[in-house]
Amino acid sequence: MIRMRDKPYIILGLVIFLGLLAFPFWYNVGKASAAPEPSLDTPAIRQLSQKQCVEARSYMRKSHMQLLNDWRNWVVRDGDRIYVAENGKKYEISLQNSCLQCHSNKAQFCDQCHNYVGVAPDCWTCHIEPEENK
Amino acid sequence: MEISRRHFLKIGGICVLGLVAQPLVKAFAQSDVSKASRDPKALTGKKWGLVFDATKCKYSEGCRECILSCHRTHNVPAIDDKKEEIKWIWAEPYENAFPGQGHEYIAAEIKEKPFIVLCNHCTDPPCVRVCPTKATFKREDGIVMMDYHRCIGCRFCMAACPYGARSFNFKDPRPFIKEENKEYPTREKGVVEKCNFCVERLDAGLMPACVEACPHKALFFGDLEEPGSDVSKILRSHYTIQRKPELGTRPNVYYIIV
Repeated sequence: MIRMRDKPYIILGLVIFLGLLAFPFWYNVGKASAAPEPSLDTPAIRQLSQKQCVEARSYMRKSHMQLLNDWRNWVVRDGDRIYVAENGKKYEISLQNSCLQCHSNKAQFCDQCHNYVGVAPDCWTCHIEPEENK
Repeated sequence: MEISRRHFLKIGGICVLGLVAQPLVKAFAQSDVSKASRDPKALTGKKWGLVFDATKCKYSEGCRECILSCHRTHNVPAIDDKKEEIKWIWAEPYENAFPGQGHEYIAAEIKEKPFIVLCNHCTDPPCVRVCPTKATFKREDGIVMMDYHRCIGCRFCMAACPYGARSFNFKDPRPFIKEENKEYPTREKGVVEKCNFCVERLDAGLMPACVEACPHKALFFGDLEEPGSDVSKILRSHYTIQRKPELGTRPNVYYIIV
């Protein structure tokens, strides 16, 4: 039975409860970590006259994981190892031999964003990281 | 509850609609149109096969070129512990390679001779049948291939394979790889691995590493369905045997014994 004279205690309890519930928010106020800026500064990219990945930057940013998934299926399941990009250009489908030839700076390129958004793709337990990061 | 004829037909109609809608939605929602194509250099075959000529092999004189080349190409770790070792291609004495195909008076030089063994890329592969995740599958060219991304390490395939052609990574293989081939991945702890008939080399127009490396021309590779291929010619002109043919796996690796 709720009695009117318990009102202050109930309200106090509710305030403490909500405060604890919102802990992650008020604890982190003003401590936003800086947005990642993946570095494109590698020897291979510097030499490209036209700095473009296999597809447009916006597409790669949004969908590189889907593309890598498709790449894996096409190569492993179908044995199709040549990727025909939107613009008709052809690339060898290979994380180690294509992607990482340009993006040889895994720590500054891949890891930055992955750490920021808190994802941990387990590519590197099998695929060999480029030299720079060892 | 009484159900009217009209009501029954309505429900029936909706059910039929649902059954039709599912495949329709699937057909339209699918976006994985392949944007990949085969390398024009790729070697193509209907059923790849390998012939090992024991009369030419110099394994007993210390030659290990096929094994070394394969293991170097595919980042196969060298683990000495027999229980945890990993091998794609290795040698077995006659009685282990061909159990039940010998007898007590068999010539000593055959009995003691080592035979190079590897995955048989069976026409009816038991490993493919038991794999619960379809990590092991058969390609259209007959190669029994593994998708390590999907392997959950259950080892059903190892139990199913009558040739012991599969190895399990009990620990991280990386520290046991002497020189890494940077163009090929390694495996990780907890997956099964085996010979892949050098799919990655065939797809790039190259012969398997073991065949290319053999200095004594004891290994032959080619399309068994193509009458003009090396393997077909040899199979037509020599007496050859397979490992454990009685099991009905129909292996695609053949042996010239004498």
